[in-house]
Amino acid sequence: MGFFERLLKIDRRIIFTLIGIAIALPLFFNVSMFVETTPVVKGVYEVVESLPEGSKVLVSFDYDPGSMPELQPMAESFFRHCFSRNLKVIIMGLWPQGPLQANWALDVILNEPDIKAKNLRYGVNYVNLGYTAGNEVVILRMGSNIHAAFPADYYGTPLDDLPIMKGIRNFNNIDFVYNLSAGYPGTMEWVQFAADRFHAVLGAGNTAVQAPLMYPYANTGQLVGILGGMKGAAEYEVLADRPARGVRYMFSQGIAHAVVIFFVILGNVAYFATG
Amino acid sequence: MHPSPDIGIWIGGLLTLGIFSFLYGDNPYYKFCEALFVGVSAGHWFITLFWTVFIPKLLGNIGIAIHTFRTEGFAAGMSDYMHWSYIFGGILGFLMILRLFPKIGWISRWSLAFVVGTTAGYYFINYLVSNGLMQIQKTILPLTSVGNIILVVGTFCGLIYFFFSKEHKGAFGGLARVGIWFLMITFGASFGYTVMSRMSLLIGRMDYIFGIWLGMIR
Amino acid sequence: MRREVPLLITAIVGLTLIVVYFVPHPPFSDLRDLFSDWFGVIAAFAIYLGILSLLKINVDKVYRKKSGWGFSIVTIMGFLLFVSVGLYEGSDFGEYGTSYYYLYDRIYYPLMATMFAILAFFIGSASYRAFRARNLEATVLLLAAFFVMLGRVPIGYYLTSWLPEGFRMGSLADWIMDYPQTAGQRAVMIGIALGIVSTSLRVILGIERTFLGGE
Repeated sequence: MGFFERLLKIDRRIIFTLIGIAIALPLFFNVSMFVETTPVVKGVYEVVESLPEGSKVLVSFDYDPGSMPELQPMAESFFRHCFSRNLKVIIMGLWPQGPLQANWALDVILNEPDIKAKNLRYGVNYVNLGYTAGNEVVILRMGSNIHAAFPADYYGTPLDDLPIMKGIRNFNNIDFVYNLSAGYPGTMEWVQFAADRFHAVLGAGNTAVQAPLMYPYANTGQLVGILGGMKGAAEYEVLADRPARGVRYMFSQGIAHAVVIFFVILGNVAYFATG
Repeated sequence: MHPSPDIGIWIGGLLTLGIFSFLYGDNPYYKFCEALFVGVSAGHWFITLFWTVFIPKLLGNIGIAIHTFRTEGFAAGMSDYMHWSYIFGGILGFLMILRLFPKIGWISRWSLAFVVGTTAGYYFINYLVSNGLMQIQKTILPLTSVGNIILVVGTFCGLIYFFFSKEHKGAFGGLARVGIWFLMITFGASFGYTVMSRMSLLIGRMDYIFGIWLGMIR
Repeated sequence: MRREVPLLITAIVGLTLIVVYFVPHPPFSDLRDLFSDWFGVIAAFAIYLGILSLLKINVDKVYRKKSGWGFSIVTIMGFLLFVSVGLYEGSDFGEYGTSYYYLYDRIYYPLMATMFAILAFFIGSASYRAFRARNLEATVLLLAAFFVMLGRVPIGYYLTSWLPEGFRMGSLADWIMDYPQTAGQRAVMIGIALGIVSTSLRVILGIERTFLGGE
């Protein structure tokens, strides 16, 4: 068997090992990389920057721990941005894991010194409405009456008892909707219901698998912007001038991509060499 | 190296390695982790639905309805009667559960029909408007820039490719061929992003193993 | 009764929700809200149906000592652990710092995250073994993937930072995503939309009945 034939028949566990090393090794080196920002990410950032103090931002956590490395850094930097601009944040989830992911992000951001100094209070500056079943029908219900979709918050407190929810009946009372999505239900449903039916201003943070599917919506203006994958998270951190996990992972991400490209080229060279 | 003192992190790390052991081959360690994953996922859904739907929505609304009837009787307003409607929702939901019993499972079709009808009704409008008409509207662009030409030609030719009622011959076939090129670029970009996504997820796990669990990364 | 009533329900509900888009006033808007409220409850019961089905299969496996019944015990124990702690914690179960949150963070999160992360190995292996530039179309697909993959990481910037602004890897990746990719994606989106619209109409009118099952 020739060299290229042996190469084609290589045990896949060797490939797995090489991939594992390519991903893990860069994490040991604290390499800071330049992250270019793109117009689609700037779209989301600039909308948040333009919101006056006290504006109401609805954040929908539509993902589970499987998508955490991509979406959690986005959630954290978005929260940081909103709280530093004194915006009111209303959290919800169309996935049952979403509200817990939100609490995770809140715990990180609310303990940062500059945010902690603001003495933000639950029910006044932010609230977690939790999860409710119904997928996109929940968004539709929120369009007529948010209190009917969420009679109480995640901890059972009636919405009428929460100061932040006073005067909020539907999307007309929400200044910006930001959706973190890993699949269904997610950004597409938010575009179809919240943006198109109820004319909400909508931005999205998507996993890299989903991001290409959302570009037509950004092109039409149904979405003001998209954060796509870990790169999107890194871009938002750079725009907000607070590099964190997203930026830190970029070195590893780059090496991983280079390794995959190398494997594709090597596989093709071996394939064509063996005729 | 500063391993985490938290026993929970160690459990998480060992479960992570258990799933990764599948890369070597299927084995009981992986099967244990997989079975545990299925069980805890089901448990999480159960609890979340219990505390976020059944208690506040179903029982909460029925409770409000009963309380309103006790205090105001038949003098209650229309909006108060809406709370009673949750009983019908609950009944329809319960009918769904009867699917577990083959002899009377046919009645779950009523609930299923309601779900299918609701979904069909919403999808008919939403997909037509958001994914159809609005996309077509924004494709009608002046051909004054390369970008606009690409968008118009690409969308049109891509749609031509998907029209299988006419044979792809002649000029029609030529346009379909152009459509294939655009679709190949689309799928290539999707593949690139998919690689990015999967690698990101693995980076997160490696950070957990070497950073949070074993404390080898600062 | 077994088929006619469900078809009638589908038709009435579907048509009402179409009409409400054009007439968003009572009584249609009230019906829309009513149906939306019921949908949420039924969706929750549907998920419970799945959970009960899962438990039924696993309990049956343990009872009959079928192959792999030991793992079914693990599934059932995992389920009972989360349910018991969740019920004990009450409506605050999801709050940061509770026992339930600890279990979610230490057991559920690592398992789920790793289940998805393992795909990275398979996509790398598949890229090596199966991704072949056999013809021109496949080569175009590959090249688009290369440009996007390199353009979306800092390495692409460092490799091409010496080039003018519009010719750098990042700019090329942006251009590919904004124009040809969007065009192709839009074509797919419109095609799918037309398919869904026609299927929805068929379901509402009772032409499509496969969701009712046999008999």
